[in-house]
Amino acid sequence: MLDFSSSFALVIPELILTGAGLVLLLVAAWVGDKAARAATIVAAGTLFTAGLFTIPGLHFGTDGPDTYAFGTLLKIDSFALFSKALIYLAGIGALMVAPAFFNGPAAASERGLRAEYPVLVLFATLGMSIMVSASDFMTLYMGLELNSLAAYVLAAILRKDTRSAEAGLKYFVLGALASGILLYGISLLYGFTGGTDFASVRAGLEGELSTGQLFGLTFVLAGLAFKIAAVPFHMWTPDVYEGAPTPVTLFFATAPKVAAVALTARVVFEVFGGQVQAWQQIVMFTALASIVFGALGAIGQDNLKRLLAYSSINNVGFILLGLAVATPAGASAMLIYLVIYVVMSLGSFTALLMLRGADGELYETFGDIAGLAVTRPAIAWALLLFMFSLAGIPPLLGFYSKFVVFQAVVEADLIVFAAIGIAASVIGAFYYIKFVKVMFFDEPVGLATGKSETSHWVLLAITAAIISPLGYLMTGSISDLANKAAYALFLAV
Amino acid sequence: MDFPILTIMMLVPLAGALACLFAGSASRVIALGATLVTFVLGIMLWANYEIGGAQWQFQEKYELVAGFSYALGIDGIALMLIMLSVFLMPICILASWDSIKKRTGEYMAAFLFMEVLMIGTFAAQDLFLFYIFFEAGLIPMYLIIGVWGGDNRIYASYKFFLYTLIGSVLMLIAMFWMVSEAGTSDIPTLMQYNFPGGAQTWLWLAFFASFAVKVPMWPFHTWLPDAHVQAPTAGSVILAGVLLKLGGYGFIRFSLPMFPDASADFAWFVFILSMIAVIYTSLVALVQADMKKLIAYSSVAHMAIVTVGLFAFNVQGLEGAMIVMLSHGLVSGALFLCVGVIYDRLHTREIERYGGLSINMPYYALFFLFFTMASIGLPGTSGFVGEFLSLAGIYQTSSLVALVSTTGIILGAAYMLYLYRRVAFGDQKNADAAAMKDITAREWIMMTPIAAVVLWMGVYPESFLAPMRADIAALDALLSAAAPASDAALTGGEPLSEAANAIEFEGHEGEAH
Repeated sequence: MLDFSSSFALVIPELILTGAGLVLLLVAAWVGDKAARAATIVAAGTLFTAGLFTIPGLHFGTDGPDTYAFGTLLKIDSFALFSKALIYLAGIGALMVAPAFFNGPAAASERGLRAEYPVLVLFATLGMSIMVSASDFMTLYMGLELNSLAAYVLAAILRKDTRSAEAGLKYFVLGALASGILLYGISLLYGFTGGTDFASVRAGLEGELSTGQLFGLTFVLAGLAFKIAAVPFHMWTPDVYEGAPTPVTLFFATAPKVAAVALTARVVFEVFGGQVQAWQQIVMFTALASIVFGALGAIGQDNLKRLLAYSSINNVGFILLGLAVATPAGASAMLIYLVIYVVMSLGSFTALLMLRGADGELYETFGDIAGLAVTRPAIAWALLLFMFSLAGIPPLLGFYSKFVVFQAVVEADLIVFAAIGIAASVIGAFYYIKFVKVMFFDEPVGLATGKSETSHWVLLAITAAIISPLGYLMTGSISDLANKAAYALFLAV
Repeated sequence: MDFPILTIMMLVPLAGALACLFAGSASRVIALGATLVTFVLGIMLWANYEIGGAQWQFQEKYELVAGFSYALGIDGIALMLIMLSVFLMPICILASWDSIKKRTGEYMAAFLFMEVLMIGTFAAQDLFLFYIFFEAGLIPMYLIIGVWGGDNRIYASYKFFLYTLIGSVLMLIAMFWMVSEAGTSDIPTLMQYNFPGGAQTWLWLAFFASFAVKVPMWPFHTWLPDAHVQAPTAGSVILAGVLLKLGGYGFIRFSLPMFPDASADFAWFVFILSMIAVIYTSLVALVQADMKKLIAYSSVAHMAIVTVGLFAFNVQGLEGAMIVMLSHGLVSGALFLCVGVIYDRLHTREIERYGGLSINMPYYALFFLFFTMASIGLPGTSGFVGEFLSLAGIYQTSSLVALVSTTGIILGAAYMLYLYRRVAFGDQKNADAAAMKDITAREWIMMTPIAAVVLWMGVYPESFLAPMRADIAALDALLSAAAPASDAALTGGEPLSEAANAIEFEGHEGEAH
């Protein structure tokens, strides 16, 4: 009984999310879409409250056996808390931008914001919350599926928009395939090691890997790569990002990435921690391939959401590069990169949401934003900051994220990989500066002239301020937290 | 010194830049005021710089949490380059006074940001801080070329951005390695650190990739003519005047002192590239029809004299290289201003469209002639001092390189005089060019200070050499162990017991009187 109460104490954020999600589901069912706006605000408040509960653990750092909940099903250590805090923040961002979009004419064929939207976002974040604290393949899979099922519906939430429906379907089919691959890998590992919790699988993998174990490892990593959208399992990303409504794309580009990357880190270090040689080359290849193909794929794109999808593949490459180093410094760099990446993605997608015509219609191709610096200077300058930051040009904060990752890579003596990665980042710079070129150098077309919502302005201002060199002021505390999280992760190794 | 003058020198233009972003047309006055204040601060900096004092002066240091520190401080070399930047900046603002009509506020802001970053690059004493300032300059320059440039500005801005970026990212990797090896990112400490020989080669190459693009050395120079031609006048002035100097500064601050052995190994590689640059780009300059392109190619040739002087591994060469950098910053900046003056009137850079300007624009022709002569290296101008020292330095190392590099001076005279003849002398074959008015008061104010400094540097270079002397001597001491063998060194022979004519003298002893 005592054990149970301490377990429940550890999962308070998840309990809050579950409770709020269920209550809002009932509200959505009985009151209907009239309550959508209120439900969104409540959901954002819930995420914020849940986030508050992560602060003490984050601040003091928690690791070791005390962090296990419900036997060894969950592990709520600093690493899990760090990821959760980031996921909740991204979730709040996705909720903040939604009402203005769904109530505007861009989603005109619909009835406006649906009350299911905040509920689904809550359940998705709950799923991610479980993912990042999983320490058993069963909880891992449960969290992953809870998140995925909510996400499939979110992608297709504009039911009368064929692109949205297509995105949902594609996401579902490929996501189901990925889950299948992952499950197959888990079953192989279970068969060859006799356990599903991370500790016993790890114990079973001691010594040289058998073929079956190696297959299990590879399939698990492949399934996770699907969820992260890393090359070569990235094909679904551009279509889903383009088709899904922009607030949903914003959500997909941030929170699930954090969850999937954190989950992968947890699996490679805690399950395959004794077999670094076996997974390091796989992750390194995936990382470099993502950097190169993400950059190359983006060059020909005209749709901005599609371009940002490739940009996210490219960024995932850098994040995985930090993971591939397999040192605490690398894991910490990966977490810092994730934080900065989430801020940059929130900012750039919010800026896209603000590109509206006089009647509120949404613009999302290069041609539409030509000369934006003349018509909407504030948005254009903010986008300029985000693009140069994504390209990793100092003094913007995006440089710092690449700085820590490459520093970790070089310190681990993987200089060749660092050189390849950083050279490929120059390819990426090409399309980021194309953004700036279109907005600043081209003749204005004067399409995106409509008014923007206050909630969008607030989010844009916050993210732009963080990305501007002012953000360096908080790098100290972020790297402190990231170091604690990485330490907790490496305690098992 | 307690007064953080270097930080203040960066904060003034930064504040000006932020004000300009929102000021609209009043931004001209704000920008001029900010750059003038910075210039005055620069004069204070020079006045308070203690020649023969500590190697690093005006040091400021704050530990940053981000993994590197905010450490500033200057030696004589950095002082001179900072002076060059703050001196050219108000002139750039004046040059853009009337010619920039659209988005003036953003334009002035970009220039002021540029000034912050240039001062920061020269003053940084932390490796990563240097990189941040060095690389951040891409953003304002990209905008200056792209928004306010000529017809083909987009191509030029892309080329400038990507070329420079690919060069510098490899340097960043090398920096990570150095810092993890030496355990510090403090530049003065790293200058004393002995990196292992094999690693030096790779590190040198990584830094070379960045600086060779910046200088630019042949064959990495192709971005320069495009960028120069398309940039607005003031953009060209800053590009030629200061940004190219970042490459030379990089060699003198990083490549030479940190990797002396690798520098000696690669000295001939640098010489060969420089010799090709001197001859080839001078010949290319000779056939240009576009004035700005001609001066751009001449910049590549002049910067090749800088690299030759730097890798001569002796005091004259290093001093000469520094003076050529300062001189070229002033002279090529002034030449671009001269082009700008007539471009503002006729809106073409084509040489053929002008002619006989000395008749209707006598004062303009006078200034143009003066800067042409300074570019050729006429004694009495700054160009002569620098080129003479550089060539004297390289002659001690290799007479062949000295010979080929000197050819560049002759070719330089050829293309500059040819340019001058076609623009200023001859018939007034174009009516519109003949109707142009002589320079205005604003243009007088732009030209006179540069001409005065060029003359000052030519007649009394000691003022500029004195602050750098101790630093160059220290650098030479570091380098002397690694210096490549010189082909001009005299070999000691067997001393004769008597004078060569002694026998004959002896034999005719009696008859001598």
